[in-house]
Amino acid sequence: MQSNIGRDVARPDGPAKVEGRAVYVADLSVPGAWFGGTVRSNVARGVLLGFERDPTFDWSRVAFVTAKDIPGENVQALIVDDQPVLAAHAIEHFGEPLALIAAQDEATLERALAAVRPRIEECTPNFDPELSTRVFKSIRIEKGDIDAVFDALPVGARIVEGVYRTDSQEQLYVETQGFVAFPPDETGTIKVLGSLQCPHYVQKALVRCFGILPEKARVVQMETGGGFGGKEEYPSVLACHAALLASAARRPVRMIYDRHEDLAVTPKRHPGRVKIRAAFAADGTCLALDADVLFDGGAYTTLSPVVLSRGTLHASGPYRWPNARITGRVVATNHVPYGAFRGFGAPQTCFAIERVMDRAARALEIHPYALRRKNALVAGDTTATGQRLEWSVGSMEVLDAIARSSAFDRHPWGVARQETGAKRRGFGLSFFFHGAGFTGSGEALLKGRVRVDLLADGRVEVLAGSTEIGQGTNALFTAIASEALEVGALDIVLATPDTARVPDSGPTVASRTCMVVGSVLASACRTLRERVASSAGTTWRERARTFLLAGGDGSVTETYASPAGVRWDDATYTGDAYPVFGWAADVAEVVVDVDTCEVDVVRFFTAVDVGRALQPRLVQGQIEGGSLQATGWAHLEVVTTKDGRFEQDRLATCIVPTTLDAPRFEVTLVEVPYPHGPFGAKGVGEMPMDGGAPAVLSAIEDALGIHATHVPATPERILALLEKSHEVAAR
Amino acid sequence: MRVVIARDLATALAALGSSGPNARILAGGTDLVVEMESGRTRPDLVVDVGRVTALRYVRETDSGLELGAGTTCTDLLRSPVAHRHADVLIEAAREVGAVQIQNRATIGGNLATASPAADLVPVLFALGARVRLTSRRGSREIAVEHFVSGYRTTVREHDEIVEAVMIPRRPRAECRAFRKVGTRRAQSISKLVIALAVGPRGEDARIAVGSVAERTVRLPALEAALARDPSRSGIEAAVARSIQDEIRPREDVRSTVEYRRTVLGRLLVRMLREALVTGDLTP
Amino acid sequence: MKPIFNEADPIELVLRVNGTARTLRVPPMRRLLDVLRDDLGLTGSKEGCGEGECGACTVLVDGDAILSCLTPVCQAEDAAITTVEGAGFDTVRREFLEHGGAQCGICTPGMIVMTRAWIDACRRDGVEPTEDGARIALAGNLCRCTGYGAIVAAALAAAREGSA
Repeated sequence: MQSNIGRDVARPDGPAKVEGRAVYVADLSVPGAWFGGTVRSNVARGVLLGFERDPTFDWSRVAFVTAKDIPGENVQALIVDDQPVLAAHAIEHFGEPLALIAAQDEATLERALAAVRPRIEECTPNFDPELSTRVFKSIRIEKGDIDAVFDALPVGARIVEGVYRTDSQEQLYVETQGFVAFPPDETGTIKVLGSLQCPHYVQKALVRCFGILPEKARVVQMETGGGFGGKEEYPSVLACHAALLASAARRPVRMIYDRHEDLAVTPKRHPGRVKIRAAFAADGTCLALDADVLFDGGAYTTLSPVVLSRGTLHASGPYRWPNARITGRVVATNHVPYGAFRGFGAPQTCFAIERVMDRAARALEIHPYALRRKNALVAGDTTATGQRLEWSVGSMEVLDAIARSSAFDRHPWGVARQETGAKRRGFGLSFFFHGAGFTGSGEALLKGRVRVDLLADGRVEVLAGSTEIGQGTNALFTAIASEALEVGALDIVLATPDTARVPDSGPTVASRTCMVVGSVLASACRTLRERVASSAGTTWRERARTFLLAGGDGSVTETYASPAGVRWDDATYTGDAYPVFGWAADVAEVVVDVDTCEVDVVRFFTAVDVGRALQPRLVQGQIEGGSLQATGWAHLEVVTTKDGRFEQDRLATCIVPTTLDAPRFEVTLVEVPYPHGPFGAKGVGEMPMDGGAPAVLSAIEDALGIHATHVPATPERILALLEKSHEVAAR
Repeated sequence: MRVVIARDLATALAALGSSGPNARILAGGTDLVVEMESGRTRPDLVVDVGRVTALRYVRETDSGLELGAGTTCTDLLRSPVAHRHADVLIEAAREVGAVQIQNRATIGGNLATASPAADLVPVLFALGARVRLTSRRGSREIAVEHFVSGYRTTVREHDEIVEAVMIPRRPRAECRAFRKVGTRRAQSISKLVIALAVGPRGEDARIAVGSVAERTVRLPALEAALARDPSRSGIEAAVARSIQDEIRPREDVRSTVEYRRTVLGRLLVRMLREALVTGDLTP
Repeated sequence: MKPIFNEADPIELVLRVNGTARTLRVPPMRRLLDVLRDDLGLTGSKEGCGEGECGACTVLVDGDAILSCLTPVCQAEDAAITTVEGAGFDTVRREFLEHGGAQCGICTPGMIVMTRAWIDACRRDGVEPTEDGARIALAGNLCRCTGYGAIVAAALAAAREGSA
């Protein structure tokens, strides 16, 4: 039997998708379902005094839910209990949900929403993270003694400094958020079906909101049209809202956001500011790094502590720093809460360190490629947290590969070239790594589980809480299971992620689905295979049937066990931050219009060490899709706030790349196997997000000679930088 | 809301004639439906003229080119007659939205909506186009730059329909150019739209710009200056003065005052230089 | 779906969808997308934005690709409407599967319909299908998952293969 490792299996979900038969939540026909809507704050900070309801509207025709109607706790369960399901008193951001309305049809719902006015006493909001006094989380990473280095620089050493900013970014999944909720059935069980990444997160949220046992909160994932982190935590909010309405109306309720509402109120990437001061020896060796990271968390904690964690842990880049101090803070403002988006803090800090490396390359007159090579971490080195890199360190391999594919090492970067006409071409490099899986002891705490069940006909059902959101979980699990069981792809059946049936494998985030959940799956399958192996029969299905007829137990549940020797100290932020890192290098080729400062990313080279590409087409898809999100963020995707509201609250103004904005991709997959990953695989889903922005801005620098420090580098910002540099030159 | 589905012009005019000011004409729907969806427009009456075939034509006439108001961007792209007479209108039609929008968006609609960011309107200004407005009371023809009067505002009376757009025959030696700067390479609202037509010696210049004011504007001072001095240095000086005196660009969610001002200046210089170099000219 | 589109009094009209004529009684400004999805149960066409900006609702009307979220149903009468559930997409579907053109799948129906419209236009106009041509044709269809490479490759392969 041919191996499915390294050979693409057909996507089980493929045929339905190309035939238009895949069922997303908005496609569900739910006879008798009412429509749900949300009454929201139109100010960024205030106190809710009550609601004025127009008495000429017949309120008996709708369900109207406020905080006092919440049966359990008015808490949106996540990390810290600071976010209410519905504001009871304090209003902390524009668009904060205050009340919910369900009606029989959309016209009645629209009239009801227009007939209620929240009474709010406005307070002065703060939108500036630098001025915030409420810190969600602060982190300090320290290695060696940077002050000793800065106080006594060796001869020829240079200090390179900069302040780097990254704006927010919208996930822009093409399917908006939505849920259908059913009122409690005769057993008191609430059922919700929706677009989501983490069914067990939603279950936990319902448990708190309703004060019920987990078995009474059933969450079923529908086909989900993209997530990218944007459907990690927010579905819990929407599910609670829909369920509250279903409960109050005693009917099923559909709450499907339109694009405007989705853009206006759901969490986006944390805006960041990174200050770096770094010392380099004359020969380019990294000596000391002082980095300070500040993220705007918005109004509530949500996932900010973990975003900051990943951000600070990646702030030093994939480089050998004998001395480093990384401080970080994520703080409250009255912005709409920021949340998870592919990369999760790392894109912001990777951007900063890579720009500093380019700045150092210029100052030291060393080629940016050579500077990366010189300082790249290799096996045996220690990171800023003192982690000794042991497994699957593909740093040199990806640098070799990117040089071969792009020839960037031979490109005269940053050297002014004689060019006429309206266009300037440039190339830029980024080099980055990304920790796979949850930080430190996260996976040990999660205890992700997978179950495999032998079915009566000999097929094997995989039951996991991991979701297919486009990345290819279905095909991947089919490949892993069939390989570990030594059966064909058609012998594998995947259970829909339904909390009534599947165990909690942990969330579909953090680039862990393949590496972590996949390895539990492989192990559980091997266990099942061994159990069945001794039964009579010439084929798997025969042996399986014999096994079951003899009363064999065909159900195996296994739990993730971190590799031995992974040690992390959360108090000192030292030790093994991640069991393993992925490694990558990008080269962007841009053409800039000198009149308009418009940037076209024409080609994008990337070399990625994924440990082992279990399903090459899926891996390539993640790399290309993630890289386009990154290059889009780099120069095109503007997300700004004004008085606490997102200015780009319609798709006409919230811009993401089209086919004509996308580069041709040249992807090189590098495999440096990870012994503790399934068949050698590591995580890959998020890493492509880290390198695109610095590579594009480096290419812009090569083309125009300006050092952009703010993402996105829009034409307006590029123009302003050019004018400033001409002013300086003229003086 | 009432809807009248007109299958001929007379029916449409009758419906408009008995309507109030809150009536809307539905042609391609690419603007009206968006306005309704966003809540910005709630018409009392919608007159659907999508099936009035009499409004959809591309015709060579004695004086030039006549386009029925219901002509779509795709109709223009597929019309050899339009290519011959209005090359620069074809260029603009290609930049409207994407293919699906081009299949529906009409020239009458683009003009009557009069968005300051409209892609086709500056071209019509530059080509000296005229528009025919028709009602039960009769027809009148006015220059397009008199038709567009303000932000999403025209002089169309509520009982009138844009029936046709007439583009005069272009002088053989005329140079024409179009440039749109959008927020991305496709499906984008413009930050700047420039259309110009000019004689080989800088005479008879017609220069129109969108997205720098509440409505598409011509640059009469620049046009006059070009006729006086079409040299390279003349162009530069005239454009610089024009940017200073004739336009007051706005800041909005798409771009800044500084960007619009600077980039408009650069593009005008480049476009005029290229246009005038192809003519018979001493620099 | 905004209620405003359903405000006017219903009219009777005949829609020809995927080769079948259906008589409906609907408000004339009701969006074609809602008629297809809710009234006819053809949920393959998707609503990504309702503003005509994402292309997920693309259907063919007399062979031309249009956005069904911007098309009132009264304007779709007398025309042959083809949705992703219709016939004539086999080659395109096969190539999308072969090239990994569908990840989350929400943009896929629009992409497949638009690809077919492009292929048909190339044939009609005697134009050679190229990558640039495919990108221009698909520029009104947003995808957030794939980076477009696989989609463009699928479209080109389908165009070069033979009849769609």
